Amino acid sequence: MKATGSQIIVESLKKEGVRHIFGYPGGVVLNIFDALYDAKDIKLFLTRHEQGATHMADGYARSTGKVGVALVTSGPGATNTVTGIATAAMDSIPIVVLTGQVPTMLIGNDAFQEADIVGITRPCCKYNYLVKDINDLAYTIKEAFHIASSGRPGPVVIDLPKDVSAATGKFHWPDKLNLRSYNPTMEGNRWMIEKAAEKITRSKKPVIIAGGGVILSGASDELRIFAEFTDIPVTTTLMGIGAFPTDHHLSLGMLGMHGTYYANMAIQESDLLIAVGMRFDDRVTGKIDAFAPNAEIIHIDIDPTSIRKNVDVDIPIVGDSTKVLFTLNQILKETDKPQWEEIRKSWIKHIDEWKKARPLSYRFDENIIKPQYVIEKLYEATGGDAIIATEVGQNQMWAAQFFKYKKPRTFLSSGGLGTMGYGFPAALGAQVAFPDKTVIDIAGDGSIQMNIQELATAVIYDLPVKVAILNNHYLGMVRQWQELFFNERYSHSYLHEVPSFVKIAEAYGAVGLRAEKPSDVEPVIREALRVRKPVFMDFVIDWKEKVYPMVPAGAPIDQMLFDEEPKKEEKKLKVIK
Amino acid sequence: MRHTISILVENKFGVLSRVAGLFSGRGYNIESISVGETLDPKISVMTIVTEGEEAIVEQITKQLNKLIDVIKVQDLFEVEHVEREMVLIKITPPAQLKAEALRLAEIFRGRVVDSSQKTYTIEITGDEKKIEAFVELMKPMGVKEFVRSGKIAIAREKIRQ
Repeated sequence: MKATGSQIIVESLKKEGVRHIFGYPGGVVLNIFDALYDAKDIKLFLTRHEQGATHMADGYARSTGKVGVALVTSGPGATNTVTGIATAAMDSIPIVVLTGQVPTMLIGNDAFQEADIVGITRPCCKYNYLVKDINDLAYTIKEAFHIASSGRPGPVVIDLPKDVSAATGKFHWPDKLNLRSYNPTMEGNRWMIEKAAEKITRSKKPVIIAGGGVILSGASDELRIFAEFTDIPVTTTLMGIGAFPTDHHLSLGMLGMHGTYYANMAIQESDLLIAVGMRFDDRVTGKIDAFAPNAEIIHIDIDPTSIRKNVDVDIPIVGDSTKVLFTLNQILKETDKPQWEEIRKSWIKHIDEWKKARPLSYRFDENIIKPQYVIEKLYEATGGDAIIATEVGQNQMWAAQFFKYKKPRTFLSSGGLGTMGYGFPAALGAQVAFPDKTVIDIAGDGSIQMNIQELATAVIYDLPVKVAILNNHYLGMVRQWQELFFNERYSHSYLHEVPSFVKIAEAYGAVGLRAEKPSDVEPVIREALRVRKPVFMDFVIDWKEKVYPMVPAGAPIDQMLFDEEPKKEEKKLKVIK
Repeated sequence: MRHTISILVENKFGVLSRVAGLFSGRGYNIESISVGETLDPKISVMTIVTEGEEAIVEQITKQLNKLIDVIKVQDLFEVEHVEREMVLIKITPPAQLKAEALRLAEIFRGRVVDSSQKTYTIEITGDEKKIEAFVELMKPMGVKEFVRSGKIAIAREKIRQ
């Protein structure tokens, strides 16, 4: 079949099952956009900024498990995608970013809108290509999707010079790939898994830490079988939220810097950690030398570089979480059946005491809206049946702590890179994938202003995302650090009078609602969920509210700060060990 | 410890910068790097000399292995191997030392590859110690310029019992 490069690109995307693309046109990708004009089974969502496009592709990928696709032009269009690419890379999200490039004969000549995007993105993507020959197009796209979605997933960039997309050639879809240098290990080493099973049988105080890898691999069911069969409590990282139901009796919630008291205490007391699909990020471990001092560690991860990068590991198992957990479950069920409940009884009891002593809590106030209250009400109003995206900062941590997540792929948050401005476009991407689901972006007034222009995308494509803005006129997390560690010197964290989010919403053709006192919260949420339109909910919250518990950066994770009832002679903050 | 790492990679453009970028991006140090084609023109071999604690070198080899274009990584520290590098050294010996310079070059199995009225350029290959010893000996001869190739290395074959 004779075809132009652009038609080959579009046909190849169809072969990969792509139905939705997020993008922005420009000079050197006009041929591709022209080919898309006729492609009825592929819908392109025109965003307002290329960063928005990559985050939408990312949110689409996180919520569906499919590869998200973004298409942008060269130069500034391409460089605007870098934050989205780095965000996806840090959280192992499969996206393919197609960037336009100046014609091959002009590459290197500082041509108009030229940027070396292959060079720029090399350190922040899983792989990238510059396609110089039309005959390589189809193969490259197939390979790119394979690399993005297999092994430890990640973003892949394909740079497409204008002359290649304009040339004429033959469309030939390759049957198979020939990648001798890329073979992710899927099956864990059987002998190692047997050793792990033996340790699990002997352990008295084990804890499972589930990370984003559990969700990416689809291992939630196996994880649940494993935890329930062996009666081992499960804590998740931020990226692992949704991997294990928060309301399960074995759930410890999130661990780490803003983790629960009981998760962090359990980790520090445990004699065995079973880490699945997580990478011991510094926000999880706190002071590394003091992390889980008595525990042996079993580490299951598909990426060998994650193992022994930050912590020493006793049993490393390289492999896909689902496959390894499946084998582990089989082995455990075949071993002479230990009386799990009996073995774990005192450990579970101990944990339940911690849970009772310091549950996640906040002080409700009748006169001023507490952000945690807003999240609780969002949970109640949706019954937990929603996809929650977050921005970054206090809003993200409250969303992680106070909403209960029952299913994987329902919590979308920039974990590794901590990208402000991620949540809103990511929510739009998820809404494209699930038009009938409730999708909520929990935002701060700082973060929402980083990609607020995508409200136009939301309105035009009828994407009824609800944005809950926890408005405190501050960069809340920055303020929190300044208050706790910088002697209340609030250097440039006050955002002054923020714009009227209600008017902004209305100006774009969306709905704006405002809640100024606690009694407004429920009606506002109810109204927002009722209208089938994008909504900004502006919640004026207690600007002094902080995220607790908190482990100061560099401290051991059992040294948490709590919000104590202020007593006359005592300092308000107490370090509790 | 110092490690010599041999890496088989796809012979494509950009691969060298992927490998070098991995080192700089993660704060590892490259002491020397040399690259060339193998018998199969689609594959190149890189020899990288790096230094670091065991855990760092373990990360380096794992990270290298993770790169899509890397076919095989071998840390030669773990096996018997032969290392060589080449140096071209341009000296300006005073008249009374000219003969001595040539004699030393011969002892070290160097070759004079260029000469002018005032200079000799000597090619010398060998392991690091030999090269350092030679350079040391040449210092009194007035080293005008010298250039090292970076190390290349290959594992020794096992001798069958």
